[in-house]
Amino acid sequence: MVNYYERLDRTFAAFVDPTRRAILARLECEESASVSELARPFAIKLPAVMKHLDVLDAAGLITRSKVGRTVTVRLSPEPIREAMDWLRRYERFWSANLDRLAAYAESKEAETQEKDG
Amino acid sequence: MTSLTIVRRLRARPTIVFDALTTPEGIACWWGPDDGPVLLAETDVRVGGRYRVRFRMLDGTEHESSGEYLEVVPPERLAMSWRWAGGEDPGESLVEIDLRTIAEGTELTFTHSRLHDEETRRSHEAGWNGALDKLERHFLATSERILS
Repeated sequence: MVNYYERLDRTFAAFVDPTRRAILARLECEESASVSELARPFAIKLPAVMKHLDVLDAAGLITRSKVGRTVTVRLSPEPIREAMDWLRRYERFWSANLDRLAAYAESKEAETQEKDG
Repeated sequence: MTSLTIVRRLRARPTIVFDALTTPEGIACWWGPDDGPVLLAETDVRVGGRYRVRFRMLDGTEHESSGEYLEVVPPERLAMSWRWAGGEDPGESLVEIDLRTIAEGTELTFTHSRLHDEETRRSHEAGWNGALDKLERHFLATSERILS
């Protein structure tokens, strides 16, 4: 079994490349697209696009299905959800932490003003 | 989205907030996301100095983070590396805190960045936040379709 952090690594690594991000953004707009449709906007050759699709596939971000000679690519959102959940954990942690910092600092401020006043 | 920014306005002056952030006595009073106790707080507040904080949450789990102070400008700015102990989240990230004087006290800008790993940081700089946001919307839309 691939562990959680390895999966996150793959997801984030897949996001690094601008061509892959463009492919994901395109698939986000359109339900599905063929490989040649996906390759069209880029100034790179089809084999290079195939390599990017391999990376996205390995990260579980897309699925490919072949009908006849046409390979159809679809977005697979589960790894994105996992990555977002991971980031939200940090947000919750710090948000709660800063609430507590604020309450403490404000009580110290009130004490200081009492002493001064 | 691999960088997290939170802005808070506090009714306390920056010197008080800065002390709360950097002194072991201060940290012991608030650190942690719930009412569980701080078990250990060590700080050596100078550039190159280290800090270490361990806390227990109400669910009984204990967590420890440590790192190095990278910038110390009292009472305005603090930057430090951040690393969870154990296998909690591998890799080192960056915490930056800026304190600005405002009429009611302090505006605190908290940023936790370089989350996850080097590649994430690079991708963040390359600006994939918007793309990820869009993808997340797509996911939500998809799951709504599935659920409805």
